[in-house]
Amino acid sequence: MIRRTLAIAVKELLQLFRDLRTTLTLLVMPMVLLLIYGYALSFDIRHVRLAIVDHDGSRAARDVQQAYLRSGYFDLVGLERDEGALDPLFDSGRAQAALVIPDGYGAALAAGRRTELQFVLDGSDAQTATTILGYARQIVASVSPVLRTPTALGPVAARPLVWYNPDLASARFLVPGLVAFILMVTSVIATALAVVREKERGTMESLRATPLLALELLIGKTLPYLAVASLSAAGSLALAWALFDVPLRGSPFWLAVVTLLFLAGGLGWGVLISTLADTQQVAFQVGLLSSMLPTLLLSGFIFPISSMPPVVQAITHIVPARYFLVALRGIVLKGTGPEAWGMQAVALIVYGGVVLLLATVRTVRSL
Amino acid sequence: MSAVTTVVARDLTRRFGEFVAVDRVSFTVTAGEVFGFLGSNGAGKTTTIRMLCGLLAPTSGAASVLGFDIAGDADAIKRRIGYMSQRFSLYTDLTVEENLSFWGGAYGLAGGLLRERAAWAISIAGLAGRRRTLVRELPGGFRQRLALAASLLHEPPVIFLDEPTGGVDPEARRRFWDLIDELAGAGRTVFVTTHSMDEAERCHRVALMHAGRLLALDTVPALKAAIPAGHLVEVRCKRAAQALRLLEAIPGVSEAALFGDRLHALLADSSVGASIASRLAGAGFPAVAVAAIAPSLEDAFIHIISHSAHQPASFEPRTTNREPRAEGAS
Repeated sequence: MIRRTLAIAVKELLQLFRDLRTTLTLLVMPMVLLLIYGYALSFDIRHVRLAIVDHDGSRAARDVQQAYLRSGYFDLVGLERDEGALDPLFDSGRAQAALVIPDGYGAALAAGRRTELQFVLDGSDAQTATTILGYARQIVASVSPVLRTPTALGPVAARPLVWYNPDLASARFLVPGLVAFILMVTSVIATALAVVREKERGTMESLRATPLLALELLIGKTLPYLAVASLSAAGSLALAWALFDVPLRGSPFWLAVVTLLFLAGGLGWGVLISTLADTQQVAFQVGLLSSMLPTLLLSGFIFPISSMPPVVQAITHIVPARYFLVALRGIVLKGTGPEAWGMQAVALIVYGGVVLLLATVRTVRSL
Repeated sequence: MSAVTTVVARDLTRRFGEFVAVDRVSFTVTAGEVFGFLGSNGAGKTTTIRMLCGLLAPTSGAASVLGFDIAGDADAIKRRIGYMSQRFSLYTDLTVEENLSFWGGAYGLAGGLLRERAAWAISIAGLAGRRRTLVRELPGGFRQRLALAASLLHEPPVIFLDEPTGGVDPEARRRFWDLIDELAGAGRTVFVTTHSMDEAERCHRVALMHAGRLLALDTVPALKAAIPAGHLVEVRCKRAAQALRLLEAIPGVSEAALFGDRLHALLADSSVGASIASRLAGAGFPAVAVAAIAPSLEDAFIHIISHSAHQPASFEPRTTNREPRAEGAS
């Protein structure tokens, strides 16, 4: 049993190394993708294009303008005389937000009277608008002496305390998801081609005539890819730590364990595709689609599962990245142990077991 | 030759939907025998071999290899047979040595035994000194010998070779068959399919398959004896292709076929031969030469197939409403 599995694994590894291009792709591609998407993908908004209309011209008005521009979130795109000038700016997209300072703003502040600033937003991208509004409020709060005294708002004040990601950097949340996404896609593709290649070359027929069992063949084929994918996963996580400030607060051991479970599931899914497909081309396409889309949309990578309709939530249970992400974010961001994500690990084991079983049944049947 | 039975088939049948690929085939093969399966493409040779190797379940009928039933003991059979499929079975991106290690490992060999058998395989494939050569860089003949050697690593007493010499030059083919003779001489059963008459001539016994049915099974001389002495004549004349139809129409000529630029005619009676020359000459074919010849295996093959097409009842002993699909040759 072990001898024959090993024979397959050694042979597969030799073929893998002889095909340097594929090996390098498997090793380096995840890190390259992480670099590209890690920088591109962010919910943090910088350089909001801001137009300012100052009807007041007082020192206080200049202070509030400076507060905006120094915050690092806003870039000035125009200093206008009246609100009418804003329309073309917003229509053409040259401005995303505008600050309007009313006449008498400085005087009111000096007299200790309540006054208002107007903040205009392009709401066509609601997500961005909400984020910008948050920044705008923070800045106003910081310059307003009135707002700074809690009594002005009432007796109860909320003082937010954000755990695990105090500055709410979206990278800390997204990059682990990105790592899961990239690893899923590469591991599925890696093995999706493994069995169907033998069919195309005609060597499958000879393999079937040997005493090799289907399970030995599939495990032997998966093991080398698991080794390569593990290296690639370690590289990606290290990169996330070095470049995107993703911490590792939990145990590296548990991180390795859940990552291996996740990779085994992805590789198993690839093998299952491989046993069903007849050509490498079909296997590649099915592998790409079936790993990319669910992991992107249904894993909680970008869209929170809790806000999906119940039917879609039910579907997410067959997406392995869903479980991995909870465990991964828990380990790296919160430093939690198996007590927090044990069920997720069990789900990954079940997933890997089921796909490998299906692949085995399928290989035996095709005899 | 010892008389130990190694392969037995009894009414072995395989259907694919409506199509009957192998139709009630029965035979027995003994140890030390080179058993040839002769037939055109689609005759059912590969399907039969795949069933015997435990790769395909029979629809009905039974067969056993080395006493193990093909339906129930496929795993036991796989451990004891060598199989060379029609598709090239080695990995071209691995070296000679790596291929042998892998295929040996797939049969459960390891350590000293594996090294010893791999060395043996390299020597019979004639590849000493090329152990580290990638298989894709080997000439076809060497590849074929290496594939055979790889299928013999676990010393199987029975070897199935499915058209092993496809795309190999005649010299390499001859050397390959020398190897087959050696194996049979050592007491192994070699079961080989071919559509080449030359190769069939080198088999101890030949089973003639056509359209899924086994039409004849005997030694090569016995198969040739299906055509009585003096009943086969070779006709040489110009424009042989045009003369064929005329020749077929001559009373007493039961079959005629074109062999290159000559014609072979099977006569109902040896006396008919004398009238052929004058008949053809009368129809405008000059310089006709007619001579009785010894039948080749191909003559016998054509004779047996057309005989089965003309008189299907003799090959259909059971009651059946199925039409025989034999189209006849020529």
